[in-house]
Amino acid sequence: MIIPFNHQSQAHCESGVTSNLLKHYKLPISEPMAFGIGGGLFFAHLPFVKVNGVPGSTYRIYPGQIFANACKRLNIEFQSQRFSSIEKGMNQLKQNLDMEIPTGCQVSVFYLPFLPEVFRFHFNAHNLIVYGYEGTNFHVSDPVMEGVSTIAYDDLAKARFAKGVPEPKGRMYYITKTPSSIPLEDAINKGLKQTVFFMKSPPIPWFGVNAIKFLAKKISEYPKKLEPRKASLYLGNIIRMQEEIGTGGAGFRFLYAAFLQEVYEVTNKQAFKELSEEMTVVGDAWRNFAYAAARVCKSRTTDVVGYGDLSNLLLSIYEQEKKFYDKLDQARKG
Amino acid sequence: MKLNDVPQDKKHFNDKDVELRKVLYVTDKNGQYTQTHSYGWESENIALEQAWGEIFEQEEQVKQEIREGIASPIKYFMIKNRMDIGILASYVGKWQWQVKRHCKASVFKNLSENVLQKYAQVFNMEVSDLRSFKG
Repeated sequence: MIIPFNHQSQAHCESGVTSNLLKHYKLPISEPMAFGIGGGLFFAHLPFVKVNGVPGSTYRIYPGQIFANACKRLNIEFQSQRFSSIEKGMNQLKQNLDMEIPTGCQVSVFYLPFLPEVFRFHFNAHNLIVYGYEGTNFHVSDPVMEGVSTIAYDDLAKARFAKGVPEPKGRMYYITKTPSSIPLEDAINKGLKQTVFFMKSPPIPWFGVNAIKFLAKKISEYPKKLEPRKASLYLGNIIRMQEEIGTGGAGFRFLYAAFLQEVYEVTNKQAFKELSEEMTVVGDAWRNFAYAAARVCKSRTTDVVGYGDLSNLLLSIYEQEKKFYDKLDQARKG
Repeated sequence: MKLNDVPQDKKHFNDKDVELRKVLYVTDKNGQYTQTHSYGWESENIALEQAWGEIFEQEEQVKQEIREGIASPIKYFMIKNRMDIGILASYVGKWQWQVKRHCKASVFKNLSENVLQKYAQVFNMEVSDLRSFKG
């Protein structure tokens, strides 16, 4: 069974999957729109959550949130399931495909043979769409790939039931009912409201804009607290999280700027055009930070000046983003 | 980022690697957002190279530890499969402290066939190859 499916390559897996699934049901929601409505933008730095000994940073919201929030806000009915056994999870997927329902799956990047080896780490929050099967092969549309791919039953099963954090547990999700018209402006407003709230309100230092300031402080301490090799690895991870496939570059900031431009086109409010331009400037600042960080990384020294400069770059990004979300909140209400 | 500034820093990390062009959102000459492709960026390449360099270095180090009779093959294949103690523990259904012990040569040689089978399965290899790995 192979469902006719229009694969489009996108910048980010989950918003890409969301957009491609919606388009399958004739709802013209672009990737930036899905990302923005789903409240995809975020920042967190968690020094106590270590993967391979390196503290975690993220530039986006928790996996699964973008699809679920975008659907809820657009009045689209969907199902999301996890499974206690591999067999059940794979059978249910086949049943979906038999009913011609293209189905999103949360998977680990490590078990996807069609991805370049260099990107295959134990990252469990990747998303793709399964749109058919033939014998023991599944047909998948992975938004970060230019074309469609096939994957063997065993590999897909491993990818869906990978262990570690976050554990996918075979999570699959799909659209069950679409409305005749969608409340686009209302959905946009809810998405904006969530992002402003998540970036500005957390009273703890690890989440939102505060986390940018927190990371700036941490980086300034790296030369004192860590050996050169560790410090350089910590930095490298921040760059990878920010620039890897699926971020749209600059830690999703450009993707968000693209969303704000579409918001301007929908609402005709000039403020959003200006905010889109402002977010582009913020994205460029993040890229500038990555460029400088990569140079420090390469030198493998704990040059205090280098780390101090990086810390200052982040502090200035913190100031920019903080003001940005205030203005975004005003534009949303205005 | 402007369309004209999009980097195309191709880098081959591995001969077998398929090329992957990533999608980026950039502004065109009218300031409008548009989708474009990039073969990569030097800054990201540096970070990726470093992450892989770290894995290769650790692999060599553990091989040496195996030859010296300190570490067990489990430790080597854990790193080769890009796992850490936490991830491996969840795959084999053991506590982290147990996996840590299994990484020692002295504990490894007394492990049951059953336990070895679990590890071999996660590493996608035969028990005999796991047991006979000499570093």
